[in-house]
Amino acid sequence: MPVPSRSVRLLLLAGFATLLLFPLFGERFYLQLLAHIMLMAVFAMSLDLLVGFAGLVSLGHTAFFGVGGYALMLLTSSAGPANLWLTLPVALAAAAVAAVIIGLLVLRSSGVYFIMVTLAFTQMLYYFAIGQKWLGGSDGAYINFKPRAALFGFVPFDLQKPLHFYWVALALMAGTYLLLFVILRSLFGRVVCAIRSNEGRLASLGIPTFRYKLVCFVIAGALAGLAGYFASAQYGVVNPDFFGWRLAGEVLMIVILGGMGTLHGPILGAFALVLLEDSLSVASKHWLLPMGLFIIAAVLLLPKGIAGLLERARA
Amino acid sequence: MDAIVFFLIQVLNGVQYGLLLFLVASGLTLVFGIMGVVNLAHGSFYMVGAYLAYALTQALGNLWLSLVAAVPLALIIGLLLELLFRPLYRRDHLYQVLLTYGLILALEETRSLLFGDDVHGVPIPPALDFSVPLTADLSYPVYRLWISAACLALAGALYLVISKTRIGMAIRAGAANREMVQLLGIDVGMVFRIVFVAGVVLAAFAGMIAAPVATVYPGMGNAILILSFVVVVIGGIGSIKGAFVAALLIGLADTFGQVVAPDFAGMTVYVLMAAVLLWRPAGLFGRGT
Repeated sequence: MPVPSRSVRLLLLAGFATLLLFPLFGERFYLQLLAHIMLMAVFAMSLDLLVGFAGLVSLGHTAFFGVGGYALMLLTSSAGPANLWLTLPVALAAAAVAAVIIGLLVLRSSGVYFIMVTLAFTQMLYYFAIGQKWLGGSDGAYINFKPRAALFGFVPFDLQKPLHFYWVALALMAGTYLLLFVILRSLFGRVVCAIRSNEGRLASLGIPTFRYKLVCFVIAGALAGLAGYFASAQYGVVNPDFFGWRLAGEVLMIVILGGMGTLHGPILGAFALVLLEDSLSVASKHWLLPMGLFIIAAVLLLPKGIAGLLERARA
Repeated sequence: MDAIVFFLIQVLNGVQYGLLLFLVASGLTLVFGIMGVVNLAHGSFYMVGAYLAYALTQALGNLWLSLVAAVPLALIIGLLLELLFRPLYRRDHLYQVLLTYGLILALEETRSLLFGDDVHGVPIPPALDFSVPLTADLSYPVYRLWISAACLALAGALYLVISKTRIGMAIRAGAANREMVQLLGIDVGMVFRIVFVAGVVLAAFAGMIAAPVATVYPGMGNAILILSFVVVVIGGIGSIKGAFVAALLIGLADTFGQVVAPDFAGMTVYVLMAAVLLWRPAGLFGRGT
């Protein structure tokens, strides 16, 4: 992937600085919404690695988001908070293992099959969560305590405080951006992007494309698990909708609206779509109707998303 | 004896459910196979059919009359929606997924505006509102048998059209190799239109005749959509024969899953799908991806 243009870099830096300083002068009321948006941005960037860079259109990326969330629920006892540094790696590992198992099965297919098979797997987990009492059944389960970040007695931040949670979400978003940037600039990232362009040619050059796709799928799955872990911590609840197709469609929409194949696209998309949803849902009970029409219009009129608009404005 | 009859009843239920699924999935698999369009909104046509049956039965007082009125309506809806789909034919699957996702939200919310979010019932037509006694205390409702018969008749008609007529030949050829058919001078746009509209009408009809037994409720299209996907994947994209076999398999697996392992109900079909894909990644009757 190319380094973003100068104007995009400046925009990202300005945006990061604004978000960093927002709590100092902005309304405290918006901290929770913004933290939610930033976690969605992490989720969307992880999906963009598959859709925009590897060319794997997954409609089942919620599988790993849900595994991350349910892992935190299972690891939190009813007596008190779980330790962040112990439970987060376990949740990420669980999401990664789920991604290995599902990836081994779904990556055998491609194109339309891939879309439908990924959807079917997340649906499988959805019904599994509904049927199991220990997972809370169809109502889901509460997570009564946010994980504690104690490290040998030292507590660097307290997720109970909305302000701390906000900054952690911002750090996660920036960290995910940088991590994916480094991965995509590496040789591994170049191979992944080349697979999207012409998998047959790479295979005939002797590159084990299946293995590359699987590693890519697992990285994306683990990052989705990260987003799911913190999303469930934020609201203190998990339910089968974490696996739902509606969330899967929403996050895919964020990627496209923002602009797939760029890392800043999903971030812009998350802010645009979630803020739009939020204002529409305040305005009317039937906000899904304008939302649906907006999505249809955006697909027909803005195929390259907001990031594409930025490029066009520059040129 | 009762155990055998109970088993028989489950088989009948499974077959009936499978046949309904076939009506929805056959349109989906053809739209995939020929047009290469992923249509997430296909399940919404089933919902549209059920709500049409509900509204028209309320107005006309009779399911038969409302079927006669609703089928042309579904046809018109199909023709209008085809216009919306046309720009998508040459676009990437991704955009098709998103546009149809937006369409689901819009249709679902329109439904909520028009009919509210309550569950509605559609009365079974009096002529068929009785049961066949099987043993002393087990019986089977005739309306469900009629559903199966109607679906089978439609499946048979579909088979005849696709295997014996000129348009059927064009459809089969289109599913095998779109470009070649175009080069041979067949109006592929026309074939697309026919297939799409037929798919909408079949899905809507399935919703109409299912309404009296399945009730009419919000979100009913989504459940059937995802199961139809599974049917298409198991059967192999573009294969009507595959869709038929897979739909019956799924219908039976889902019905028996709920009886045998209620805790894992709903999962059975996805496990079955994973197993089939491990064995044949392109589905039972697919030609490879």
